[in-house]
Amino acid sequence: MAGKLDNANPVIFEQSKERQVLPEEEDDDVTDKIDDREVFDMIRNINDPEHPLTLEELNVVENARVKVDDENNYVGIEFTPTIPHCSMATLIGLSIRVKLLRSLPPRFKVDVSITPGTHASEVAVNKQLADKERVAAALENSHLIEVVNQCLATRK
Amino acid sequence: MAKLQELMKLSGHQDRVWCVAWNPTGTLLASCGGDKIIRIWGKEGDKWVCKSILAEGHQRTIRSVGWSPCGNYLASASFDATTNIWSRKEGEFECIASLEGHENEVKAVSWAPTGLLLATCSRDKSVWIWEVTEDEEYECASVISSHTQDVKYAVWHPTREMLASCSYDNTIKLFKEEIDDWTCCNTLESHTSTVWKISFDQTGHRIVSCSDDKTLKIWQEYLPGNPEGIDTIGKESAWKCVCTLSGYHNRVIYDVDWSHSNGLIVSACGDECIRVFREEEISDKNQPSFSLVCTQNRAHSQDVNSVAWNPKEPGLLASGSDDGDVKLWEVVLD
Repeated sequence: MAGKLDNANPVIFEQSKERQVLPEEEDDDVTDKIDDREVFDMIRNINDPEHPLTLEELNVVENARVKVDDENNYVGIEFTPTIPHCSMATLIGLSIRVKLLRSLPPRFKVDVSITPGTHASEVAVNKQLADKERVAAALENSHLIEVVNQCLATRK
Repeated sequence: MAKLQELMKLSGHQDRVWCVAWNPTGTLLASCGGDKIIRIWGKEGDKWVCKSILAEGHQRTIRSVGWSPCGNYLASASFDATTNIWSRKEGEFECIASLEGHENEVKAVSWAPTGLLLATCSRDKSVWIWEVTEDEEYECASVISSHTQDVKYAVWHPTREMLASCSYDNTIKLFKEEIDDWTCCNTLESHTSTVWKISFDQTGHRIVSCSDDKTLKIWQEYLPGNPEGIDTIGKESAWKCVCTLSGYHNRVIYDVDWSHSNGLIVSACGDECIRVFREEEISDKNQPSFSLVCTQNRAHSQDVNSVAWNPKEPGLLASGSDDGDVKLWEVVLD
């Protein structure tokens, strides 16, 4: 993205290691529950809208802020914008939501919200991300979906 | 124990169902959603089947549908910013008008009881009132910009020429025509998040509302000079929240419908449940008590977006869900 960046010099964090696949996960007879790490893997490689870095590298998403309750079909995610006035917060949240919409079985209820106390417009952004009618309308907006798809694209 | 009995599952929609609506005689059910198609369901023998498919009317999601009081017209509100009017003649539907004016998503459409006025509301924060002329033309009579955020729903009072709307701004507003324009006469504040839907009871003296704050609220009208001594301004009534039903719903409540035939209230929730409530027999008008009659767990396999009582058969209920299904239910009371 051209122009002035919200945060020109973000702190870069180390990426986590690849998840180890356990023998029982390869066993088709064992029910494989979806866990925190698996959902974290779905979102950690989302590209930041401003930098050629992933949300994990910017510490916007962390394994510890992904809560999965497979039994109750619930996923809760908190993300942390790099700066409290980040204008990209809604777009980042929308990208996480869309990625999970495309990756998780529909039985899951997903809540995506800003880590408490880390953004100036936390309440407004959270409300917007929780409104599925607005999310549905955004997904029908070809310009917006293109931007989201860029965030979700695999980097070469 | 009271319960909901599933009568039928009506499959056909290829995407989420946003809205189900009965025609005034309760013989037809219209449904719409993300697949941009309206399906009309009717009874054949003892089965409900898809009678008509209204496609190619909208470019984007159809958010809601509403029948005219005479049952000869169906209006559809879409994210494509238009509202279409479909005329039903000899069982066939034809799109006779497309109302343009809203800047973006139209979320709801509602006919006044006279059939001469239509209201639409949108993410552009406005509510539009349309007049129906004798030759089936629709003219904008008023644009009301009273809400500060998306207007989720608008509905007419069952008997009076009064409109109610609810919004992402957490409020409910009531509108009346004053001299030559429509103005807001009441703002009902108490919900702490988006108010998704409102429904009048049969008398029109009460409203039930549902919200993102996971509560249902009952609002009571107090006419000027009311014996309770509730303050009113001029000739306007006061509306007061007299009951809050909290602790029942686990996620957003998307829809609520107050039956005009048996007084039951039904809610549609993001926790996949349909719940039925009723006012207790010994209930103070000013502090009414409502109790849960039954909960249908896993009514659908995803969020329930819409519920509607059949206007003629008490206890017959339709629901629509993110799972793409429409279902018919019968309330079996104990």
